[in-house]
Amino acid sequence: MIDFTLWDILGHLLRALRWTLALSIIAFVGGGLVGALLTWWRTSQIKALQLLVRGYVELFQGTPLLMQLFLIFFGLSALGINLSAWTAATIALTLFTSAFVCDIWRGSIEAIPAGQWQAARVLGMSRLQTLRHVVLGQAVRIAIAPTVGFSVQVIKGTALASVIGFTELTRTATMLNNAAFMPFTIFGLLALCYFCLCYPLSRYARYLEKRLDVHGSR
Amino acid sequence: MSMVRVDALYKSFGANQVLKGIDLRIQEGEVVSIIGRSGSGKSTLLRCLNQLELHDSGSIEINGKRLDGEAMSARQLSEHVGMIFQSFNLFPHRRVGENVMLAPMVVRGESREAVEPRARALLESVGLGEKFDAWPGQLSGGQQQRVAIARALAMAPKVLLCDEITSALDPELVGEVLRVLEKLAVDGMTLVLVTHEMRFAREVGSRVVFMHQGKIHEQGDAKRVLDDPQTPELKQFLASTR
Ligand SMILES: Nc1ncnc2c1ncn2[C@@H]1O[C@H](COP(=O)(O)OP(=O)(O)O)[C@@H](O)[C@H]1O
Ligand SMILES: [Mg+2]
Repeated sequence: MIDFTLWDILGHLLRALRWTLALSIIAFVGGGLVGALLTWWRTSQIKALQLLVRGYVELFQGTPLLMQLFLIFFGLSALGINLSAWTAATIALTLFTSAFVCDIWRGSIEAIPAGQWQAARVLGMSRLQTLRHVVLGQAVRIAIAPTVGFSVQVIKGTALASVIGFTELTRTATMLNNAAFMPFTIFGLLALCYFCLCYPLSRYARYLEKRLDVHGSR
Repeated sequence: MSMVRVDALYKSFGANQVLKGIDLRIQEGEVVSIIGRSGSGKSTLLRCLNQLELHDSGSIEINGKRLDGEAMSARQLSEHVGMIFQSFNLFPHRRVGENVMLAPMVVRGESREAVEPRARALLESVGLGEKFDAWPGQLSGGQQQRVAIARALAMAPKVLLCDEITSALDPELVGEVLRVLEKLAVDGMTLVLVTHEMRFAREVGSRVVFMHQGKIHEQGDAKRVLDDPQTPELKQFLASTR
């Protein structure tokens, strides 16, 4: 057993925090981009695309993230496609995120009353023009709070990447504990790290929810 | 040539036949009030006139252009027909001025500089010149409906369809919207209104069309129809509105 001071532990955790952050941000941005594309397809008038996206969303919402991670890491490797733990985690979290934000954003678009579409239509706007100039501006206001709220799920989801051997925050804590065996201190600090990342985000989401709740006035 | 020409118009929703052979001619500058019980098909008729609903059979011509299904794009249609809704449907995230300017800019590609003076003049003409920078949510219902009228006029339609546009308003706000309509009527705009405002229909309207169970049951000169109804159904309907 090695002796670690509290500062050593914290130092190691904070360095590992970078990877958790990097993974979260990439997954969130990547998931947002894929999610935007999916939302566009989901709200298109092409039935096949709608169904395809619906299936995709159901699949990722209806299965555990850990299973998705295993499927991409171990499953693909069995097929001869070897991904690093980092790549596999990034892909899995991106797909996971895209499915959830797609669902949030679709709901936000559908929450815009039909009267808005009709008013735009009788003014001569096409579907795309209506989406762009009338619907999205309002849908974003509905979507922003749940989207920020969901980012917390992404951060917590990155902890699962430790299982396939990606050295982010949780795996670092586990390794530290194997060496130092100070579970209470180490995992306590680990929890604190996640809390410091997540709590401001959920507070911010709640603040946005309150502030944007007043429909139609700014 | 009629501004609006409807022949043998049929429309069903599933098994529910809502329009059962409508024939209607409306001349330029006419103010036609459509009255009738709830469910008689008034809104459906209006919505067919601008293709918010697609009719099953029959024909509709507006300003000499025939509408059938996909033949006319939303953009082309908007140059002929404007519509005001009961629920205003202003774009709540855009200022009043932007509401009025949006369609000319987006649909016709006009520049903001070109549209803004016109938008200001239109808002002025509905008595809201000073509200250009206000948010819709800050306005009363009557003011919002007047903005909706200005917004529709910005596309310079030949015919304006109004579906119970004062029904959602507090009684004291109805007058200000009707006065705007009256001014439009005097200026020669062709108006087709579904309305419960019998006084307005009588004083301002040139013609009244009474719909009953998906058909035009009785129609004619506004004062004649309202003062001297011929059919028992219209008599009964008018009695129920007093
Ligand atoms: N989009 C729709 N889908 C199904 N039924 C409809 C739809 N719009 C109207 N209807 C039906 O058509 C009938 C006439 O409705 P409407 O034209 O709104 O009557 P009015 O405006 O005279 O009250 C009603 O029975 C109504 O339920
Ligand atoms: Mg109606």
